[in-house]
Amino acid sequence: MLKTFSLGGVHPAENKFSAGQKIEVLPVPEQVSVPIAQHIGAPSEPVVAKGDEVKVGQLIAKSTGFVSANIHSPVSGKVFKIDDIIDASGYKRKAIIIKTEGDEWDESIDRSEDLITEITATPEEIITKVGEAGIVGLGGATFPAHVKLSVPPGKTCEVLILNGVECEPYLTADHQLMMEKGDEIMVGTQILMKALKVDKAIIGIENNKPDAIKHMSELAGKYPGITIQPLKVQYPQGGEKQLIDACIGRQIPSGKLPIEVGAVVQNVGTTLAVYEAVQKNKPLFERVVTVTGKSVSKPSNFLARVGTPLNQLIDAAGGLPEDTGKVIGGGPMMGKALSSTEVPITKGSSGILIMPDEMAKRGKTEACIRCSKCVSVCPMGLSPYLLMTVSDKAIWDRAEEEKIMDCIECGSCSFTCPANRPLLDYIRLGKGKVGQIMRSRTK
Amino acid sequence: MNVVLITIISLGVLGSLAAIILYFVAQKFKVFEDPRIDQVEEVLPAANCGGCGYPGCRAFAEAMVKSDDISDLNCPVGGADTMSAAAAILGKEVAAADPMVAVVRCNGTCENRPRITEYDGATSCTIATSLYGGDTGCSNGCLGLGECVDACAFNAMYMDEETGLPVIIEDNCVSCGACVDACPKNIIELRKKGPKSRRIFVSCVNTDKGAAAKKACSVACIACKKCQKICPFDAITVENNLAYIDYNKCKLCRKCVAECPTNAIHMINFPPPKPKVEKPVAESAE
Repeated sequence: MLKTFSLGGVHPAENKFSAGQKIEVLPVPEQVSVPIAQHIGAPSEPVVAKGDEVKVGQLIAKSTGFVSANIHSPVSGKVFKIDDIIDASGYKRKAIIIKTEGDEWDESIDRSEDLITEITATPEEIITKVGEAGIVGLGGATFPAHVKLSVPPGKTCEVLILNGVECEPYLTADHQLMMEKGDEIMVGTQILMKALKVDKAIIGIENNKPDAIKHMSELAGKYPGITIQPLKVQYPQGGEKQLIDACIGRQIPSGKLPIEVGAVVQNVGTTLAVYEAVQKNKPLFERVVTVTGKSVSKPSNFLARVGTPLNQLIDAAGGLPEDTGKVIGGGPMMGKALSSTEVPITKGSSGILIMPDEMAKRGKTEACIRCSKCVSVCPMGLSPYLLMTVSDKAIWDRAEEEKIMDCIECGSCSFTCPANRPLLDYIRLGKGKVGQIMRSRTK
Repeated sequence: MNVVLITIISLGVLGSLAAIILYFVAQKFKVFEDPRIDQVEEVLPAANCGGCGYPGCRAFAEAMVKSDDISDLNCPVGGADTMSAAAAILGKEVAAADPMVAVVRCNGTCENRPRITEYDGATSCTIATSLYGGDTGCSNGCLGLGECVDACAFNAMYMDEETGLPVIIEDNCVSCGACVDACPKNIIELRKKGPKSRRIFVSCVNTDKGAAAKKACSVACIACKKCQKICPFDAITVENNLAYIDYNKCKLCRKCVAECPTNAIHMINFPPPKPKVEKPVAESAE
């Protein structure tokens, strides 16, 4: 019996069309738009002005606080302007727009393919380096990685857990990374272990990727302290709390962080970025993006520069199919429908999912039939039907009592609801309001 | 017979004892409440809408009785009649507040503002706002999901199916401001009702630059400042790519209405235009 998390969960059709597709390097785009807010926390502040010449990897916007991240130029060329563009949020946000000229990298970046296994940096140096390189959680949450690595005083980390689960249907970026960059990820893991001062790391991989489990297990033999944990396929296993539960059987108390139970979770993509930052001095300005969908002619995994317009990736994957009903940034469960295909790729773009028309429509919302399916699939043990009602009726104190803030927004409730009720939409609304109320109370 | 008698007498004695105890307890713990609160509450409209800023009519009545200066208190529902009746009970002075009315500052009908995306999520403007700018090119305009109509307790609003925009029934609107709070896009504003209910306002809240605004909606304010230049009363300011008419300064001369190249400035309840007569309206002097 394979391990998984203990509460709830669903198993949507996996549809991993792009599995096994080699990572293709996307040509450098003619122009990139780099949003200055592409991570959780304070937006960065541009340090370049219109007309400035920049090189690949040069700092163009600096972090404005502890929970914030540096942003580096993904291309070389001239800053065309700093203007508002529509980004994945559906709103106009400030972005640095750069016109590409050639592909000249910053001299300090080591562009060789050699694997550097020896880790010379001290734990403090690693954390600083990770912060400087602007690394954020590449699973999609985009939480600055250096914040997670800085264990607060009084707490100790016992185990590092790596997320190679990729529980979102369709997406295969992490899977492919593990297959092609396994060694780099292993060294990255060692770097993270050193930074966190732990001697144990677990890489959780769902068993719908047997090749990745085999490949990583073979590699793990060469690196001390790293074990591979095959997991039963269950959504949302890639959620931090669920992964910790699945791997080490510990539950995080309500409102607390993973460090409370002595664990730190990082995505395998993030780990690769850490390796590149520490060993090769390469900041985070490109990432692997899956472009997939039922009618997409060539589902692929691309290595794309941040700021590349979405439609370039879609074109490279065979163009937008005629029956397109929805383009989603991310996976089908947690991703967000986009209002335009001109929005740029950001650090958090794990995939682009193109849904055909007949799959894209939501069903007609009907009355709740009290089947309590949403309660049984909720991985956090909440009552989504109740949370929706209290959010709709603006009963915020009750919403708080019912632990609305514990919701991880995985969407299992909306996915499973036979009456097509927009449960998560209302819960998100409630979370926003209750969060506001709670913050105003502590002020 | 005996049993009945004993029952009646014992219960009677118990009852009177309890009554005596209750009488003294009531005297001892009597809470004095200003009788005027009840009187004032009586004249208030009992709508409990919160338009005055207090949680219900009772709280407003208490506030009126307690504070010496009630000139900054106003019941928008009852208006001047209610306020003067309440002030007469209390023997205090009220300042005459101008009657207000809610105004929808968006004219992005299906025709003026073509839809470029489709939304099939939850029917709530707040939720839609958290997801994206809107199903048109304008990220400031009305989403048309009717949260304001749901918030209205006076039956003063409805959604026009044809335009996809909310419409205010002026006669029913009590300017409680519930719709203003409900709208996540801040489109609805309480404006002075004006003489003979006539008023002029910019029916747009788009803060994009002119070209972008015009591209998204044919009747958007493009911040050309023509209205600002022509206004003889300095009532119009253009800020953040958007013109705004100060209703306290506006004398309803209507020059700006004719000047606006995109017809973003609306006038309400004016008589149909007479051919080629351009002069200030007489009532405005009052």
